[in-house]
Amino acid sequence: MVLSKTTSQTDVSVHSTFASRYVQCSLPRFKIPENSIPKEAAFQIINDELMLDGNPRLNLASFVTTWMEPECDKLIMASINKNYVDMDEYPVTTELQNRCVNMIAHMFNAPLGDGEAAVGVGTVGSSEAIMLAGLAFKRKWQNKMKQLGKPHDKPNIVTGANVQVCWEKFARYFEVELKEVKLSDGYYVMDPEKAVEMVDENTICVAAILGSTLNGEFEDVKKLNDLLMKKNEETGWDTPIHVDAASGGFIAPFLYPELEWDFRLPLVKSINVSGHKYGLVYAGIGWVIWRSKEDLPDELIFHINYLGADQPTFTLNFSKGSSQVIAQYYQLIRLGYEGYRNIMENCQENAMVLKEGLEKTGRFNIVSKDNGVPLVAFSLKDNSRHNEFEVSDMLRRFGWIVPAYTMPPDAQHVTVLRVVIREDFSRTLAERLVADIQKVLQELDLLPARVTEKLAATTATTAVEEHPPAVIKKTAIEVQREITAAWRKMVADKKKTNGVC
Amino acid sequence: MVVTTTKSSSSENLQCAFASRYVRTSLPKFKIPEKAMPKEAAYQIVNDELMLDGNPRLNLASFVTTWMEPECDKLIMASVNKNYVDMDEYPVTTELQNRCVNMIAHLFNAPVGDDETAIGVGTIGSSEAIMLAGLAFKRKWQAKRKAQGKPFDKPNIVTGANVQVCWEKFARYFEVELKEVKLREGYYVMDPVKAVEMVDENTICVAAILGSTLTGEFEDVKLLNELLSKKNEETGWDTPIHVDAASGGFIAPFIYPELEWDFRLPLVKSINVSGHKYGLVYAGVGWVVWRSKEDLPDELVFHINYLGSDQPTFTLNFSKGSSQIIAQYYQLIRLGVEGYKSIMENCTSNAKLLKEGIARTGKFNILSKDIGVPLVTFSLKDTTKYTVFQISDYLRRFGWIVPAYTMPPDAEHIAVLRVVIREDFNHSLAERLVSDIERVIKELEELPPRASVEAAKVITETQREICSYWRKISDKKCNGVC
Repeated sequence: MVLSKTTSQTDVSVHSTFASRYVQCSLPRFKIPENSIPKEAAFQIINDELMLDGNPRLNLASFVTTWMEPECDKLIMASINKNYVDMDEYPVTTELQNRCVNMIAHMFNAPLGDGEAAVGVGTVGSSEAIMLAGLAFKRKWQNKMKQLGKPHDKPNIVTGANVQVCWEKFARYFEVELKEVKLSDGYYVMDPEKAVEMVDENTICVAAILGSTLNGEFEDVKKLNDLLMKKNEETGWDTPIHVDAASGGFIAPFLYPELEWDFRLPLVKSINVSGHKYGLVYAGIGWVIWRSKEDLPDELIFHINYLGADQPTFTLNFSKGSSQVIAQYYQLIRLGYEGYRNIMENCQENAMVLKEGLEKTGRFNIVSKDNGVPLVAFSLKDNSRHNEFEVSDMLRRFGWIVPAYTMPPDAQHVTVLRVVIREDFSRTLAERLVADIQKVLQELDLLPARVTEKLAATTATTAVEEHPPAVIKKTAIEVQREITAAWRKMVADKKKTNGVC
Repeated sequence: MVVTTTKSSSSENLQCAFASRYVRTSLPKFKIPEKAMPKEAAYQIVNDELMLDGNPRLNLASFVTTWMEPECDKLIMASVNKNYVDMDEYPVTTELQNRCVNMIAHLFNAPVGDDETAIGVGTIGSSEAIMLAGLAFKRKWQAKRKAQGKPFDKPNIVTGANVQVCWEKFARYFEVELKEVKLREGYYVMDPVKAVEMVDENTICVAAILGSTLTGEFEDVKLLNELLSKKNEETGWDTPIHVDAASGGFIAPFIYPELEWDFRLPLVKSINVSGHKYGLVYAGVGWVVWRSKEDLPDELVFHINYLGSDQPTFTLNFSKGSSQIIAQYYQLIRLGVEGYKSIMENCTSNAKLLKEGIARTGKFNILSKDIGVPLVTFSLKDTTKYTVFQISDYLRRFGWIVPAYTMPPDAEHIAVLRVVIREDFNHSLAERLVSDIERVIKELEELPPRASVEAAKVITETQREICSYWRKISDKKCNGVC
């Protein structure tokens, strides 16, 4: 902790930070600087540069929690120097993780006896959780096929094209084929019938999503379970289901407790949920729960002793912070069923306020459903003159970050804007957002139409284009952004910008 | 943010936390409670239970940083609600990550032009970094074999038996065979000669460790590079090297700058380092750097747009906190080369002090080397009367957490104690530890010897049973932090 002082400029630490020479030089970018700088200067320099990041609370793109109570912040800071993996040294922290696993397993109706410990683990997020679940399925399937004397080199997984990117990562990194059920116009989740049709003897599992990233919809896991059971009876393949409840796992049990999607369905063998989405914890925590010990092959678990005692570990990450695990436990006992339910009901209502406000403008189609993750996904009824990307860009001037994106195949011609309603998005903010969206629409109406309107309306299957679709789409977006930027300059020259830039 | 207050016991909020009913009832363990509780009570309950965790600063088992300056703590708290993966929303944070990657790449002498950006990424730790590096090697090797029309279903990786568990995880999860070079008594790292012998046409890479977990030793990467270059010339297999510099990556460049172990050696294609070890950041950040674009196959990189604009991503984790990345950048500019060098020199001299104190007791063999990670690994000269596991248990009474463990094959008969010297382990603490070790030895010497006289086999459970039995009969008060 005792650093030798820089021999040059020894009296610099006496000056105020902004009087020091450090604010005169540009920050090092490529090489570690030779000399140290005083800690106040380092703090101020970084803090100031970070002012130009977006405000996390106004980031309406993200499902991830952006606010926690100050009491929890205290717990987080107190445990920031605890390396979670030192289970022997921090037994209470390990115990808190185990309690969370048990609580979440019970919340998902895992078939556990009283006092029986659940099988599950805390992860850094749903990505890691899904990779662990997928690994377990792959290994079980390989063992089964080896026993049957059949080839086991071409595993596949059946899922909807609306899956979050981590499934594609899992497939690519762990060499499993991804068989995607394509979406269609108006149907933006995985169709259970088509999914079951695609199942073959190499399918390690079917993955359903509770809370699709794109429009918040819950897939019909019960129907999938029923259809898949029937097929399993006919084929004897015993194909299981995994539910990606990254968003929905902390919503459905509180708002829709009668909805059967979890371990109540016999084919569901593992579920993942993001603690940092509606688990209401800051980024960096997820959970994966298995139905029972049999669903997690023992050979995947490692036992190490170099930290001093035997520790079983089944995660991809090893060293990591303990703060989020402790924060998750805090939330579970602080809020209880009552608290979570109240918060989700609030989110749901605020989502309705936003949805109705948007409908009243008469300019939008609402793509999200009422039942599901509290978010509003909407697209322009008429996007020939201006499109959703422009709306998104203009909203940034008011401080809002509302993403616009295209749907996956086969609905790529549909572009949507999406606002995720988190715990800290109050009704006042919802009303303000509607007002700002109306302002944006008014401004856009006054501007000339885009030149590339015809190009943007094409779909992949239309035969009328002269260029390949991928090239058109890219060019259209680029041109739109150029035009938007040019107009923005023109407009800015005329009047001052309003609100937070 | 507005949570309806519990209708029952509305006066609860007026009482202080310890007067409330919440401290009378036992904490929920298996099921989420039905009702909410006041936040002060929740805080107090969790905080109090956590008092029984070990003190991170006294955890001498861990390489991972346990102290940072308060200014950095401020930055960490301010960014705790930023989800790092939202690159479009937090461009400055993303930029800071890129700067760290470039700085670390230059630290490792990556052949990067002055204005060229380095290839690398921030991860949660070295485990993720190693899996990404291993994936890149596996994919490159598969592509090469496919182009040659040869079978590519049995990839393997050559490494020492002293590897950290994450290599075994990588091998098992990604279906790569792990060919381990066994250790032997007195030689606790990977022997480059044996390693190169084990290389075959299915080897995707040879992994060397700069800073072995067990003894802190730096493996001779230069010798490995030379031997492997020669073999590659003969066979034409082009086998590359990965250096696991989890600990050593932030040590060697500052106190052993002439030691050639990094991209200065032509066969080294990727390096990982833990930001949360001697990068001096709290747990949760690692770095992997590739030599050049060619060493990271493009098909492994994903492009997503559902957060609003095109974002390339090559990590296993997606959403994660931004705090550690910002903290790493803080350390790099706050300390600079000068600061890191001073800290490493302090650690090394404190390690030397501890080593000399331990050697002076006359009871121990020192297995760690002077050159390497600043730690001291030591074993008992005479294990017939008591073992290192007992010493470890007794030291806990004084508050110290010093792990004892057995070496990997073929040196399993050796059991050692290890003390890692971190930035916040100062001279006085080193002296205190030595005196506490002396006290423990004195206590153990006075006890009757173990029933079994075979010193060769170490049976952990029996020793622990004996330990707890003796502790019961010795009936002494606990000293210091229990």
